[in-house]
Amino acid sequence: MIILTGNDLKTGAVVWWDGVSWSAHVDNAVDVGDQAAEIMAREESSRRVNVPYSIEATKDENGVRPAHIKDRVRALGPTVRPDLTLKPADPDIGEWVI
Amino acid sequence: MYQYDKYDQAMVDARVAEFRDQAQRRLEGKLSEDQFKPLRLMNGLYLQLHAYMLRVAIPYGTLNSAQMHVLADIADKYDRGYGHFTTRQNIQYNWIKLEDAGDILADLAKVEMHAIQTSGNCIRNISSDHFAGAAQDELVDPRPYAELLRQWSSFHPEFMYLPRKFKIAVIASDTDRAAMRLHDIGIQIVEKDGEIGASFYVGGGMGRTPMIAPNIREFVPLDQLITYSEACLRVYNRYGRRDNKYKARIKILVHELGAEEYTRQVEEEFAHLLEQGIEPPLAELERIKPYFADPAFEDGAKTVDRSDPDFALWVDRNTHRHKHDSYVSAVISLKPVGGIPGDATAEQMHLMADLAKEYSFDEMRVMHTQNVVLPHVKIADLHALWTKLDAADLGTPNLDQIGDIIACPGLDYCSLANARSIPLAQKISERFAEGGKQDKLGELKLKISGCINACGHHHAGHIGILGVDKKGVENYQLSLGGSEAEDTALGKITGRGFDEEGVLNAVDTVTDVYLAKKEDGERFLDTYNRIGMAPFKEALYD
Amino acid sequence: MTDLGTSPDGVQFRFRDDEMVDHASVTVDAFLEQSNSSAVRIEPGDDARDLLPHLDRIALVEVNFPVYGDGRGYSAARVLREEGYTGEIRAVGDVLVDQLNNMRRCGFDAFQPDVAMNEADAQAALDTWPEVYQATTDGRNPIWNIRHGVGPNE
Repeated sequence: MIILTGNDLKTGAVVWWDGVSWSAHVDNAVDVGDQAAEIMAREESSRRVNVPYSIEATKDENGVRPAHIKDRVRALGPTVRPDLTLKPADPDIGEWVI
Repeated sequence: MYQYDKYDQAMVDARVAEFRDQAQRRLEGKLSEDQFKPLRLMNGLYLQLHAYMLRVAIPYGTLNSAQMHVLADIADKYDRGYGHFTTRQNIQYNWIKLEDAGDILADLAKVEMHAIQTSGNCIRNISSDHFAGAAQDELVDPRPYAELLRQWSSFHPEFMYLPRKFKIAVIASDTDRAAMRLHDIGIQIVEKDGEIGASFYVGGGMGRTPMIAPNIREFVPLDQLITYSEACLRVYNRYGRRDNKYKARIKILVHELGAEEYTRQVEEEFAHLLEQGIEPPLAELERIKPYFADPAFEDGAKTVDRSDPDFALWVDRNTHRHKHDSYVSAVISLKPVGGIPGDATAEQMHLMADLAKEYSFDEMRVMHTQNVVLPHVKIADLHALWTKLDAADLGTPNLDQIGDIIACPGLDYCSLANARSIPLAQKISERFAEGGKQDKLGELKLKISGCINACGHHHAGHIGILGVDKKGVENYQLSLGGSEAEDTALGKITGRGFDEEGVLNAVDTVTDVYLAKKEDGERFLDTYNRIGMAPFKEALYD
Repeated sequence: MTDLGTSPDGVQFRFRDDEMVDHASVTVDAFLEQSNSSAVRIEPGDDARDLLPHLDRIALVEVNFPVYGDGRGYSAARVLREEGYTGEIRAVGDVLVDQLNNMRRCGFDAFQPDVAMNEADAQAALDTWPEVYQATTDGRNPIWNIRHGVGPNE
């Protein structure tokens, strides 16, 4: 699947396109098919997202998994600070990016 | 240390207002991201993997307690309670909001700090010897010259859009603690016939194509220092490559022209500029110097009570000889075993600030090795200092040991990185501390970069590790034999790369070779230089 | 307040009172070969020093900035001023408000941006800096001279 990501303009937070808006959670990302360019242009010009780009990802019962490790790190947070990731309760969550 | 006068303060205040306005124009959509990017970069504001990152300048690595307290307050108020000290003696914050940037800069300006030119294709923060003004082996304190260069390079109208970033280091000792020859311009303050002047090394750097800077002029008189620097920069601005960002640093220009031709052009430009009257009056250097005058040292104990072996080990490893025999410079390690190199919590920053006030004449230095120095500590106070440091996990006795690893933020934070650096640093420091092998190895500088840009100085590591992306999987190349000291050398790659576990084992293997082959008094680097790559390669790959 | 010297033509700001050159500028190569033109256009790869023997017959130097990030034009302008050129130096192309002040300091006295600047922003940009650290040919006395009671370019 093709999903969209970028950063929030004001806060810089990593966000994912969920079909309506931008979500902090990669699992909410939706397949945009061939609509990527159109959505990104519209959203960036209205400043609802900063420097968006499209990536490949897969989806299964565990959720959405970006194809490249860099985007998996973005989706989670720094693996060396599990307390600052989106899943602070799991000290081994860093393994997910590998 | 240097204190702003009304002019310096007005410049920084003007910058706060200017950047606040630029950020506001971006938030309102008057500036596109493409237009805003170079402006925010010239103020040290990056967009990194997780958020905006702000890099704050610490000129020549020197700061006082009030400044460190504000750095801690920023970590608490605007970030997530910590900061990261960098290999260019700065600090950076990982979780900054664009809408807060103006307020942060205003907080910094109140203690004479800023983020000016901590990124962008301009002259960056001037770095220097972290033991400046304290070291027993220095000719003079290099920082007045660094301060003069700071003023000259701040908002230099001609050099804000250079082909690429530009880094200057100034030292004044034959012992190089600032990786001087791995800078775009390295300046060593020297003495010739009783006169002080500057020796210029130009065209060094790490990155994709590491180069050691050649000396292009052995002696520039102090009343021509700025003019000569301006000539070096103008030749670079005119002819540095703009077609390929990987070939845009001055090292490539100097390499392609040859040091001799580059020097000829600089001298030609220098002759022209000497007629322009752009040099500051020498009185300005004389005005700056007293700010760096010695504090009021007092005679006292010259030895310590070594009955506590942990304390004795820390003294042996983490203190450096001072020009006054009742003092030492004490290094606060930001490399606890298994920790993140260079990270400090707000609480730790507050503590370091308090300890500097109590024990080191209100002064600290950031080292390019991502530690913090208290430059002037009475030997008599060392035990009290160590006790407080140790209680805050700041007393790790590992200066220049294998656990004192330089590591860039890597793929955990950095959008340029190809692989993670920090987890590797954590595992190496744990592995070598636990079995006690670190203690057998002596001085061994291990440096890790998460990509070819070499922010972790891997080229200059006795052991260097470079993270690369191998079809989407992290992979690590090992190199041996680098040095950033006065014996500057670039490491050589051992051979094919390793996965994370593989490179951990490889570091074990090469240190085993060293322990087996070393002769009396040899460091890892000395043994490598004597026996060459072959025995290490054999142990790694055969 | 800085006088922006707004001009009716494509030249948005002009900080001089003399008449504007009424003919198009030529390339450096064309100028050096034969031209009687008094207007010449410097591209980023040109060496402004090639013009030095001919400064007395030049009234306008346009310095082109195809992209704002290519800063060679700043050195070109300064070299011309340092050699005594008093004619117009006009920044042309991708010239943005945030570069205005540095360009003024390097000797530019006319601006022809591809996209017109907001005048209030331009005014604010030029008025931002109370003093300057470096000496250039713009006549402003650098801070390190003021501190010691020294005049400009002494």
